Amino acid sequence: MIKGHIHSLETFGTVDGPGIRFVLFMQGCLLKCQYCHNPDTWNLEGGKDMTLEEVLSEIEPYLRYYRNSGGGLTVSGGEATLQAQFVTELFREVKRRWNLHTTLDTNGYNDGDKIKDLLDVTDLVLLDLKHIDNEKHIKLTGKPNERMLAMARWLSDHNRPMWIRHVLVPGINTDEEDLLRLGRFMGGLDAVEKFEILPYHQMGVYKWEALKWEYPLEGVPSPTSEEVDRAYRLVEQGMKEAYVDKVISGITSRQ
Amino acid sequence: MSVIEREVTNAQPGWRGFKGGKWEKEVNVRDFIAQNITPYYGNESFLQGATQNTKDLWKIVSDLSKKEREAGGVLDVDVNTPATIVSHKPGYLDKEKEQIVGVQTDEPFKRSLQPFGGIRMMIDACKAYGFEVPEQIVKMFTDIRKTHNQGVFDAYTPEMRAARKAGIITGLPDAYGRGRIIGDYRRVALYGTDFLVAQKKQEQRELEVDVIDEDVIRLREELSEQIRALGELKEMAAMHGFDISKPAATAKEAFQWVYFGYLAAVKEQNGAAMSLGRVSSFLDAYIERDLAEGTLTEQEAQELVDHFVMKLRIVKFLRTPEYNELFSGDPTWVTESIGGMAVDGKTRVTKNSFRFLHTLYNLGPAPEPNLTVLWSENLPESFKKFCSKVSIETSAIQYENDDLMRPIYGDDYGIACCVSAMEIGKQMQFFGARANLAKVLLYAVNGGKDEKSGVQVGPEYPAITSEVLDYNEVKKRLIPMMEWLAKLYVNALNVIHYMHDKYSYERIEMALHDRDILRTMACGIAGLSVATDSLSAIKYAKVKPIRNEQGIAVDFEIEGEFPCYGNNDDRVDSIAVDLVETFMGMIRKHKTYRNALPTQSILTITSNVVYGKKTGTTPDGRKAGQPFAPGANPMHGRDKKGALASLSSVAKLPYEHSLDGISNTFSIVPKALGKEAETRKSNLVAMMDGYFGGHAHHLNVNVFDREQLLDAMEHPENYPQLTIRVSGYAVNFIKLSREQQLDVISRTFHESM
Repeated sequence: MIKGHIHSLETFGTVDGPGIRFVLFMQGCLLKCQYCHNPDTWNLEGGKDMTLEEVLSEIEPYLRYYRNSGGGLTVSGGEATLQAQFVTELFREVKRRWNLHTTLDTNGYNDGDKIKDLLDVTDLVLLDLKHIDNEKHIKLTGKPNERMLAMARWLSDHNRPMWIRHVLVPGINTDEEDLLRLGRFMGGLDAVEKFEILPYHQMGVYKWEALKWEYPLEGVPSPTSEEVDRAYRLVEQGMKEAYVDKVISGITSRQ
Repeated sequence: MSVIEREVTNAQPGWRGFKGGKWEKEVNVRDFIAQNITPYYGNESFLQGATQNTKDLWKIVSDLSKKEREAGGVLDVDVNTPATIVSHKPGYLDKEKEQIVGVQTDEPFKRSLQPFGGIRMMIDACKAYGFEVPEQIVKMFTDIRKTHNQGVFDAYTPEMRAARKAGIITGLPDAYGRGRIIGDYRRVALYGTDFLVAQKKQEQRELEVDVIDEDVIRLREELSEQIRALGELKEMAAMHGFDISKPAATAKEAFQWVYFGYLAAVKEQNGAAMSLGRVSSFLDAYIERDLAEGTLTEQEAQELVDHFVMKLRIVKFLRTPEYNELFSGDPTWVTESIGGMAVDGKTRVTKNSFRFLHTLYNLGPAPEPNLTVLWSENLPESFKKFCSKVSIETSAIQYENDDLMRPIYGDDYGIACCVSAMEIGKQMQFFGARANLAKVLLYAVNGGKDEKSGVQVGPEYPAITSEVLDYNEVKKRLIPMMEWLAKLYVNALNVIHYMHDKYSYERIEMALHDRDILRTMACGIAGLSVATDSLSAIKYAKVKPIRNEQGIAVDFEIEGEFPCYGNNDDRVDSIAVDLVETFMGMIRKHKTYRNALPTQSILTITSNVVYGKKTGTTPDGRKAGQPFAPGANPMHGRDKKGALASLSSVAKLPYEHSLDGISNTFSIVPKALGKEAETRKSNLVAMMDGYFGGHAHHLNVNVFDREQLLDAMEHPENYPQLTIRVSGYAVNFIKLSREQQLDVISRTFHESM
């Protein structure tokens, strides 16, 4: 029987999807984001092996909380789609047994067609777009961003609800042009229900220290609330521009 | 309805407009409430802010608080006048502006001498704060008039003294007032003192029986004391210009009458917890009547509540610094129970439930009164949301499960102190502090020798000598040691309460009870999570004691993993449940003073720090001197699966075997409740519905960031009103000792993001 490599679990998650949620953190990630606050989830080999039934029995005691609050199950990581088969079975089972809402928290470094089975049993995708600029994305995460952007388009084309999230790191992804571009990109998508900026924080630094790794963002502060507001403004401006483009191109194509 | 609703017609002008019922003929506040309160289902939009008078008065209180802090904790003491109900002339904050009058002495913030619990406490407290009890008064309460404290020590056995000294039984009310008795202060407003005196006289006449034995003699004497106390209450009110012999006729009078009843109690008794009961919805009936008659506005109603609450906030007792160290600051536990449901399914939430919580905005947050919401799944949604908002913004309220308690206590109970439910006016408790379960486990390992002092405190049973602790052997040694502790504990409490009744009887509080009441012997346990995890370590890992030259295990080597309480793991949670049931069963075996019903609580107040200091290293890896977790909480940092798993472990503890309450203190950072204000509110509501739906008893809700507390430690002057929930009550954070502050900060903060 297939087992999941699990990093940890949280019974009271409130920030990864609607309502109160059970959050399952999968072990293993191919990205090496400089700001990652869970670098201990990267290693593909680590974690604890759990069967589907074991995971389900961890969720079951709390169903009334998840139901009462309009919450559900979120699978996060690490990168959840690296274990797509396990997560697919888990989502299918929580829907069959308890009709629970399912959320997939992913960095999008995968292929929509390849994980279509998983996305078919996913009610909401939380998609992290880390940088709109490919070069800077590579520097930040170690990988190019084409697959992430393609994933966003795939979800849009297949009309799958998504929330796009963007960790804002001063000096890394706060350039005006980058934020405008990010907005323009999102403005061209359908099915984006929500856009959230997650202000970078240093709460994961101790984990880098525990792993005896050098912390790449040493000395970088959290963004101020003014910086966060500015980022929202720029992204929204970009989105508006994209809408206008869309409308204009609609008009042009009718002519 | 089988009862025909009718208005009270004649009799008392104070009763005009109320629906009549049994309550007119007999003292029956519950019936009055059932007939006369107006449930409220709306939201908080009707609430009014503080009036100028309220702001001016609160400024006076704030200034006095600052002065008191600067003076080292006590501003003034009247050392010359042992306090009684009528010992002091009226005192005022500002007579022109106060809607509700009366303080404990002739000036606010001036403390009185309350020597009947024990003169030693008074002498030491005065000395610590730069005052001195006059020679003559010391002599009076040493050589002439015996105190409770003297009585107890006259009767204690050497074994009791040794156990007390070692800290295996601690916090005993043997040197101060026991408290945890709630007078039904509402009776003063509803009936006036004449009616109450007449009832007491009738009760006494009914005791002219054939056999006048010890029980009857005691009760007859007590009734005479109660009648005398009611007379003094009337006299005290008259000194303030009020005639309270008849029922209160307006909302303002009702608030004032209730407060006079309470004031008389806190003038006379320096009880550990002087709780108020359940007055807010009762008082709402008077407000509704005045609003309907057009004699009161909403603004004025809120002002009454604000001024009443302000008085409750400045109740002061003279206590030693050691006492304050044990209890963190100087709590008075003016617990007010709010909300809940009636047995017929109606809600007891009224507009006044909102107004009382709203004082946390009009006056700012504060630990007192100890606002306690009786939570039911069926509470009006808008009230639940409002409570949740107040918790998130002030961290000043606690929640207790009405759906769990109502079937046991009915719908007119209140909470004394932190988590002790009792039917108001019909039930009292003999407060029994707590036995230290972590330490008794060490006694089992060490054959009754204390691990700190090496003294043989417990019985000299065989010590465990094996290299690795064997679970079955430890259990076999633990059971008789717990039996010994339970017996010693109940007997010590019998001594204490016999003497308290004899030398420091709560005359006015008991005058506001029925004659024939239920008494409970409220035992308690501390160190539950430490004892539980220790047994789990012994069972699932390999625990090797490291013994000193005397053969006492002073440290433990632990190899391997073991499940910890707080992760909703039955392998270990069942150990906790078993400890609770086992100890309760042992307590039940013993005869109690006045045939009190034995109960127990899982509550440490804040003394988890002090108990930890007195307890050596335990087999769970906790080092000697480190604090215990508070109440029934899992040990700090060992709950690894998030808040719901932690809550679920606590919810497994059986309330029927800990009827005196199961305290759980929960701290969460605001962001971990959700991103937007609305979401946070609804998530907290859903969390509490889920927790209490799982038969849990109590939850303290703290919502703040650790950084804020660290900053408050460094800059206390910026946080004069920072309030946090600790263990069934709230404290002013900056009044905690540094050790206690660090303990609070080291606790599990649920902060998953």
